[in-house]
Amino acid sequence: MDFLVPGHLSQYNLYVQNIKRLLVLTFIILLAGCSGRGISAQDPSHQIKIIENKGSDTIVNLALAWAEEYQVIDPTVQLSVTGGGSGTGIAALINGTVDLANASRRIKEEERDAALENGSDPVEFVIARDAIAIIVNLENPIEHLTLQQISAIYSGAINNWKEVGGEDRPIVRLSRETNSGTHVYFLEEVIRLGEKDNQTLFAQNTLLLPSSEGIGAEIRQNPNAIGYDGLGYVNDDMKVIGVALADGKPYIFPSAMTVNNDQYPIARDLYMYTNGEPEGVIKEYLDWILSSEAQEIVTELGFVPITK
Amino acid sequence: MKSKQITRKETVSSIREFLITALIKAAGYSAILFVGMIFLFLLLESFPALREVELSNLLSSRWYPIEDYYGVLPLIGGTLIITIGATLIALPFGVGTAIYLSEIAPRWLRETLKPLVEVLGGLPSVVLGFLGMLILSPYLRIWLDIPTGLSAFAGAILLGGIAIPTVVTVAEDALDAVPKSYRDASLAIGATEWQTIWRVTLPAARSGVLTAVMLGIGRAIGETMTVMMVTGNAPILPTGLKDLFSPVRTMTATIAAEMGEVANSSTHYHVLFLIGIILFLISLAVNVAASAVVFRQKKSQERILS
Amino acid sequence: MTMKLSARQHKQRLGFSLLTLMTFLTVIPIIGVVIYIVYLGFPAINLEFLTGFPREGMREGGILPAIIGTFYLTLGTAIFAVPLGIGSAIYLSEYAPDNRATQLIRIAIINLAGIPSVVYGLFGLGLFVLFLGFGTSILAGSLTLSIMTLPVIISTTEEALRAVPQAFRTVSMSLGATKWQTIRKIVLPQALPGILTGVILGLERAAGETAPILFTVAAFFLPSLPNSPLDATMALPYHLYVISTQVPGMPIKIQYGTALVLLVFVLSMNLIATTIRSRARAKRQW
Repeated sequence: MDFLVPGHLSQYNLYVQNIKRLLVLTFIILLAGCSGRGISAQDPSHQIKIIENKGSDTIVNLALAWAEEYQVIDPTVQLSVTGGGSGTGIAALINGTVDLANASRRIKEEERDAALENGSDPVEFVIARDAIAIIVNLENPIEHLTLQQISAIYSGAINNWKEVGGEDRPIVRLSRETNSGTHVYFLEEVIRLGEKDNQTLFAQNTLLLPSSEGIGAEIRQNPNAIGYDGLGYVNDDMKVIGVALADGKPYIFPSAMTVNNDQYPIARDLYMYTNGEPEGVIKEYLDWILSSEAQEIVTELGFVPITK
Repeated sequence: MKSKQITRKETVSSIREFLITALIKAAGYSAILFVGMIFLFLLLESFPALREVELSNLLSSRWYPIEDYYGVLPLIGGTLIITIGATLIALPFGVGTAIYLSEIAPRWLRETLKPLVEVLGGLPSVVLGFLGMLILSPYLRIWLDIPTGLSAFAGAILLGGIAIPTVVTVAEDALDAVPKSYRDASLAIGATEWQTIWRVTLPAARSGVLTAVMLGIGRAIGETMTVMMVTGNAPILPTGLKDLFSPVRTMTATIAAEMGEVANSSTHYHVLFLIGIILFLISLAVNVAASAVVFRQKKSQERILS
Repeated sequence: MTMKLSARQHKQRLGFSLLTLMTFLTVIPIIGVVIYIVYLGFPAINLEFLTGFPREGMREGGILPAIIGTFYLTLGTAIFAVPLGIGSAIYLSEYAPDNRATQLIRIAIINLAGIPSVVYGLFGLGLFVLFLGFGTSILAGSLTLSIMTLPVIISTTEEALRAVPQAFRTVSMSLGATKWQTIRKIVLPQALPGILTGVILGLERAAGETAPILFTVAAFFLPSLPNSPLDATMALPYHLYVISTQVPGMPIKIQYGTALVLLVFVLSMNLIATTIRSRARAKRQW
């Protein structure tokens, strides 16, 4: 009968006691955290306004850089930045769960209708411009391609580099995911050559990589690969291809200059959408984004500032 | 006087006993509640897909949701080929390691290696995917002379690696549970240790080892982040084992990549839930199959032992 | 008399060598991976990395919000999953009759264990974030993760409870204790180490998962720590995913440093659980 009143069981009681103490402590910490917020919300002079910024993965690093800079300028505003693709941002706008939606493509008609049905009214702002660079591995001897060649490559009509004057290697096509505005833009303006009725699609074996760095990592080490992405994601360990509008036209390399004087054929606007006309802190933030101070950050990150 | 006090105390404590028992009973049934909730929710949200998309579209071989191509076959095929590949790796290495640890390795080695294998089980899948993307896929491209290392094969290797610890842990426990008397009897009649393992111990632990393999397969089917980072995510329908070396797109990666962008209650949203419920049903099938095998095993063992 | 090795013994030698090879082929990559991560990630570890906020587009500074976020999520998961899981296991081990209904419960648990983590994420998005309106929040994430963790906790707790010899219960009841009193004062304490092991292993898995938190709680960048359960938060696994795939020019050591922190977090939980388990096995009274 000894084991019913065993001394060692008190050890387990100690265990349980300690766990209970840990739990109580944690609860107190949590409670303190919650009530802290409550206090500041009641005092308007200390009120922190949070702006939620969500969407394009192309824009996300720019948005982050802006957020970091703006919080120095106005510490009462806190900006949370999330990616997920232009589609994600616009979906959040439709659902009414975000203040600022970042998009590297225009909102589609169906999306605008869905938003209006849900009570959101998207208002568009152009916040920067971007060039889509065509990138290949540094070892690839190709220097230029025409838009038609790029379209043929990506739609699966051309499958070997030697068909465009390169080495005898299979072409590995890299792309962003379908939720990316960059992907949609590329489909419409490059693969379909901007033609509204064109129904060409990406080749089925195009790799859909989850993000720009996914594309970068593969380009850096695979000589078979071709990819596309915003100029801001291109760096020195990739090779940028000059693009010509058509056979015989000059080959243009993407840069802020060639985008702003409309020479580079694959250039686009980058957008932010708000729900209705912006007011208050959101308006102030957007005004600042469109100012020359913020646009300098645009250049620093490799995008193209909007010209006034 | 005293008997009245005892009665009141007894009543209070018996009410408390009743309440606690009720709570525990509720907790016990909660598992059914949750599975039911998940299944129901998936069903409700996926059903509209069957109305909004024609069956011929769903059964086609092109998945391109932004242009309304909803062919789920490439995705199912992608998951299947990677799972098969992962099983082909995890089964021999996993069971082999389990046998080694349980039957052959000296005790000190076993105590060192078993926790080490469990370490791999604890490696977050994101870490493995990240390493796979940076290290494994370039090597695969060069060694195998394929256009790109981002392929089903890379996925299968990593998933096999993720499944192995599960297989080893559960299989090793199962082998360990086989009574020593079985082995002793076999050795006593002149069998070598090798023969004992294959003809006595392993068959005796069959249900546990099978459970281990099934759990490993389940783990492989459900893996998301790793496959997203190393398989290339191209929705190609694999038609043969040679497609192991081409990129594929799994159901799990599709959900993870596209869920964020869908507007609530759009067709795309519903189709993603449809994929979700297909995944749910596949893992249900694997689990039921495993339990059935184990159950039949136990029944036959009971018959033999009685 | 010299012994010539028989065919059987040859076969055995060959077989043993093969299995040894297989085991080392399995184990060596694990060691290699861990060493690689430690080697490349260690340079990044300093006080600022562990206690500071990210700066310069997350390329510098620290990962504190991600660490705290993972901590909150683990805690939230524990709050929901532990009482429910232990209660459920107590029912299965101590109360449940051997009938159809109990079989159904067991099947349900096996199925919960097999559901892919991304399907949990889908479910969590649909139910907690959208339908119940919690939004992307620690609450939604914890609830999702806790349902996912339930099967592990239930099965290990049940095993621990069943391992307690029946004699303990019989004697207790024969002395007049009620069923619950027996469980609470005798069975549970004896099973506690096994229960703790299971809980910690379950929480370890919850801490390392990315897919369930992708749409239910994780944020790319938040300027401050979460204040309430209804806030979104950064989290280590998602943070690693983001900095290794979405931010250009991310220094290698930051990526590996984050991987190292996540690894250490997860592995130390593993270590604690294993230690409890082996110490308990040694001290067991039966």
